[in-house]
Amino acid sequence: MQIQKTRKIEALTSNYAVAYAVKAADVDVIAVYPITPQTTIVEKLSEFVANGELNAELIHVESEHSALSAVVGASAAGARVFTATSSQGLELAHEVLHIASGMRLPIVMAVPTRAVSAPISIHNDYGDVMNARDVGWVIYIAASAQEVYDTVIQAYRLAERALLPVIVAYDGFLMSHTVEPVELNDEEEVRKFLPRTPRPYTLNPRRPVTMGPLTSPDWYYEFKYQQVLALQEAYKIAKDVDAEYSRAFGRGYGVVESYRMEDADYAIVTYGGAAYGNAKAAADLARERGIAAGVVRIRLYRPFPTADVLKAISGVKALAVLDRAIMFGGPAEGPLYRDLAAAMYMSGVDKPAVNVIHGIGQRTMYVEDLYKIYTMLREGPRKEVVFMGVRI
Amino acid sequence: MTLPKATELPIGAVVTEPGSTRRYSTAGWRTLKPVIHDDKCVRCQLCWLYCPEGTIAEVRGVFKVGGRTYDVKYEIIYDHCKGCGICANECPTKAIEMVPEAP
Repeated sequence: MQIQKTRKIEALTSNYAVAYAVKAADVDVIAVYPITPQTTIVEKLSEFVANGELNAELIHVESEHSALSAVVGASAAGARVFTATSSQGLELAHEVLHIASGMRLPIVMAVPTRAVSAPISIHNDYGDVMNARDVGWVIYIAASAQEVYDTVIQAYRLAERALLPVIVAYDGFLMSHTVEPVELNDEEEVRKFLPRTPRPYTLNPRRPVTMGPLTSPDWYYEFKYQQVLALQEAYKIAKDVDAEYSRAFGRGYGVVESYRMEDADYAIVTYGGAAYGNAKAAADLARERGIAAGVVRIRLYRPFPTADVLKAISGVKALAVLDRAIMFGGPAEGPLYRDLAAAMYMSGVDKPAVNVIHGIGQRTMYVEDLYKIYTMLREGPRKEVVFMGVRI
Repeated sequence: MTLPKATELPIGAVVTEPGSTRRYSTAGWRTLKPVIHDDKCVRCQLCWLYCPEGTIAEVRGVFKVGGRTYDVKYEIIYDHCKGCGICANECPTKAIEMVPEAP
């Protein structure tokens, strides 16, 4: 018998899309602490819990350090958990990021990204999540409210299979507070997609274990190497989970998304909703004006999808990496540029690649700005950092 | 001794055997060691209660001390005592003395 699937479409912000996905995932414990632009996620979740639509323990804590610590404890006890934060909150929780990944706990955390103080900015860039890019968490960066919803559900399946914590990041405000149509899955189907499989170790008085112990120099390195292997394996798991999700619900994204790349001479490689959307519009504009332009979007940022990105850019003459974060003092200031440069170098690929920094503190990235990137690439090969949109 | 490889160890450094810490002597960094003078001990149990590491053992038996007979006495488990001195500080009869370790 064919089960009739009813399509349910709601107008949701990306933050509300997260809340609906967490509800569908039947999460047990949620730790909440407010920070802009994350707050409306946990507001919606507390509404679900108060209304009896989600049977979860909602813990009000006194800081983001405590929020992540609370879900570490709950996850160690075997619960399916969720928390969310942004900017300064992610910085305050930073210590616990390492603890969660070192203890191999399948925590899912949403991070609508926001610039980091000082000076204070509540607006968007990726300066917060980029500080957490090398701490042993899987990081997705979504580009639409629909993708945010789908990715949170995928994140639980990946986290519980790989025994790794997962961040689902996306543009603060530009997505977190922007309403888009979102197709919601049948919650029973989501629960079938996320079966509660027993974990190898949880805190259980009947089978006592010690978690997070002291390790001497003879032991510590092996556990860090376990994490290296786990992240490497998570690359394939993320692809599998996306394919399985696509079969179950009809929507999939891959780990890297390409737009008009089939015959492109020049590419912008970027991440997040606003950059991807505007870069696609810029590529359309460039093509109208005779430039074979395309866009590559990194959806899975950690583990870095080296093979898929290199495949996507294999045909271009030159590329630009559009970064929306400044990592100070390195050989280039853009974090994705550094990753891609290392990936190209290690694979023997030598293409002219320029690093464009834009959108810092939500500086508007006009389509015309991004169009200029294509003309810049056409003018001649360059390997440098361009700070676009700043008054200098 | 060959130690297990990364892939042979429990995921996430989980210790799966309860109480295995007993096999790990942690007394190496002690500089002062507590010595119980049993003739001054009134068996109040405060040292046993306050020790943060559980390194004071309550031994059952018949113990004649001065004119009194007790059914317990207290002994320090020196393999795990770190020499913090909390027991000596709490002892109401000053029956515990902190003695420098031999160099």
